Amino acid sequence: MTTISASPTAADPSVQTPPAAAPAAAPATGLPAGPAAAKPQSLTFAKALNLAMSDAMEADDAVVVFGEDVGLLGGVFRITDGLTKRFGEERCFDTPLAESGIVGMAVGMAMNKMKPVVEMQFDAFAYPAFEQVVSHVAKMANRTKGKVRLPMVIRIPYAGGIGGVEHHCDSSEAYYVHTPGLTVLAPSTAADAYTMLRDAIACPDPVVFLEPKKLYFAKEEVDVDALRLRYADGTGAEATAVTSIGKAVIVREGSDATLIAYGPSVPTALAAAETAAEEGRSLQVIDVRSLVPFDDETVCAAVRRTGRAVVIAEAPGFASVAAEIVARVQERCFHSLASPVRRVTGFDIPYPAPKLEQQYLPGVDRILDVVDELQWEDK
Amino acid sequence: MSPHSRGTAQPEADMLPSQQPVRLIDENGSAAVGRTFKTSYALPTEQTLLRGYGQLVMGRRVNDQASALVRQGRMAVYPSSHGQEACQVAAAMCLADHDWLFPTYRDTVAVMARGVDPVQVMELLRGSWHGGYDPYEHNVATQSTPLATQLLHAVGVAHAAKLRGEDTVVVALCGDGASSEGDFHEALNFAAVFHVPVIFFVQNNEYAISVPLIHQSVAPSLAHKAIGYGMPGERVDGNDLAALLAVLDDAVRRARSGGGPSLIEAHTYRMQSHTNADDASRYRSDDEVRAWEPRDPLLRLRTYLSTAGLLTAAEEERIGAEAERVAAVLRDGLNVEVTVDPQDLFRFVYSEPTPQLLEQSDMLREELSREGATS
Ligand SMILES: Cc1ncc(C[n+]2csc(CCOP(=O)(O)OP(=O)(O)O)c2C)c(N)n1
Ligand SMILES: [Mg+2]
Repeated sequence: MTTISASPTAADPSVQTPPAAAPAAAPATGLPAGPAAAKPQSLTFAKALNLAMSDAMEADDAVVVFGEDVGLLGGVFRITDGLTKRFGEERCFDTPLAESGIVGMAVGMAMNKMKPVVEMQFDAFAYPAFEQVVSHVAKMANRTKGKVRLPMVIRIPYAGGIGGVEHHCDSSEAYYVHTPGLTVLAPSTAADAYTMLRDAIACPDPVVFLEPKKLYFAKEEVDVDALRLRYADGTGAEATAVTSIGKAVIVREGSDATLIAYGPSVPTALAAAETAAEEGRSLQVIDVRSLVPFDDETVCAAVRRTGRAVVIAEAPGFASVAAEIVARVQERCFHSLASPVRRVTGFDIPYPAPKLEQQYLPGVDRILDVVDELQWEDK
Repeated sequence: MSPHSRGTAQPEADMLPSQQPVRLIDENGSAAVGRTFKTSYALPTEQTLLRGYGQLVMGRRVNDQASALVRQGRMAVYPSSHGQEACQVAAAMCLADHDWLFPTYRDTVAVMARGVDPVQVMELLRGSWHGGYDPYEHNVATQSTPLATQLLHAVGVAHAAKLRGEDTVVVALCGDGASSEGDFHEALNFAAVFHVPVIFFVQNNEYAISVPLIHQSVAPSLAHKAIGYGMPGERVDGNDLAALLAVLDDAVRRARSGGGPSLIEAHTYRMQSHTNADDASRYRSDDEVRAWEPRDPLLRLRTYLSTAGLLTAAEEERIGAEAERVAAVLRDGLNVEVTVDPQDLFRFVYSEPTPQLLEQSDMLREELSREGATS
């Protein structure tokens, strides 16, 4: 039983309501092509992922999609909607219920000239695959001196904010980023969902692709044809040349302090910056996007300009990605800092029940409280 | 069209293993009589048996040489397949060049029998950080240590080949102990559901380090597990090269012609300790080990071939000399100190080193150049 139906609470402005259970009627190629389409159009994060997969499958026969319920149903979040219908059961198929099996089989297929894109149904249900991920996916290239590279993508709907029951809301990124050999991405916009999934599929190395499920049904104005252009030559050369992997982006300019966020926390950080602006404080927001490789250059250059930084993430803070970012910024920007780098994270507890998740999640108020403590009197 | 199908196979008629392990040459080296099997397996040709015998002698020599090299400190560890050479040789001999083999840490002899360079095979076990050989050169995956995990990779390689319409067959090796792992179950189930050409070849050598099979499973036979997945199972005397080749050839033929996966259990015995670091006397008696000595796979095939007049003294001498030559190659290769480039630590983790790895490799380079300057 998948649990995306519990109604989200309104405290967090970024929470999006998922649509009713029926899959979207639009075919996989749902967007009109041609000059008429060459303007921004409304697109959900979910649809952007779906388009990225269907475009990649269209461009390259080696791309195959599999996992639990990804076939006829289109996945419990409908991310693979229509792929089986369009490309056939050999290109997009359901597997038996076994996550180690899914990832282990993907390893073998990637060894043998395919580019598997597998779906883990939920963050906490990816754990049975952990041994395959850590001992083989991450290490294969190294232990074969680069002879066997695994061009595969493990998609994981992750993090909370949807009122899910237990085991459906884990922020599991630290496990993956701590494993050398994995590339770990966490987009926060529909445009990045498309671009970064295409880049992940084009990447010669294995990618863990974390999809903030509370953003799946967020709508955005996106010029899809402009995004597609980059992959149009079919060779992937251009995509590789300007890949989003390893690149953070500044999503809001500001001069007083820098909020550093990724995945589900980016909209929260933006909302905090908006509120701060009303109160007369100018906050810059960085979307890290690529957890591994980490873009020290963009992040540190930005923090040096403002002199203050707060890192925001949903995962428990102890030994977390947020902790790593704080350490990196502190080590590299010390002389530009006007106050210690702070973090706002989840508590060090198992992800809480829906009724208490808003108390757990980093929200606008908690972020702004910490911003207030950034030793402004020393300015 | 759905790739799935339950097919027309019947559990009793098509999937059940033979009532006794298949045996074609008995422990005395005579053609085995008095047993019937579910398939009438034919004895391999004289040519094949003779070639196989050469490989057995080679395998035994390699096992003993590698164990000696560990004692001399030239290798870190060696899990010997002494006593299991017939399984090793058969696993390699049943495959065509474009097929794939997925070995474990114990299957060094099988890897070599497939043509991989002996010194490169030993790279991992001499303590290097990498797997030694290029898996694509002979279609042999790196030797897998995390138990049963490689079985799923085998399924993936076979699935990819099947989707492209290639007739590749994959043999995936594991031990009796590994059959308790979750990945064993997942791999067999996936292989059956996707109907892919994988042969799961279990060398039941009675032990997983110190733990006897009865502590892993109280099933009267591992081969019968096949039926639970919907694939044929078979059991075979793992010290009878002729029977192993016959059974494996049958499974390979079925897999290649679209008949799907099989599970084969070979009954054999690990004559030595788990590795050189293990002390088998702590968990099994000398009597037990001694009882297996007359069942030795080399002895029995030698007797059979000699009695049949197929193995002349000259031939025996040629085979022995070839094994000695390879043992010398191993000794020479492993006595050479390998020069390692510390920068290799960073080179292969990603196709392009990350900025963080570049920083770390610069740091190491500088440390080493300082050391070089002071020494
Ligand atoms: C997942 C995992 N758990 C434990 C080990 C440690 N280990 C290495 S070999 C071995 C015994 C395996 O026995 P079996 O599968 O019968 O193979 P054999 O060694 O007898 O060839 C164990 C427990 C391991 N390599 N991998
Ligand atoms: Mg064993």
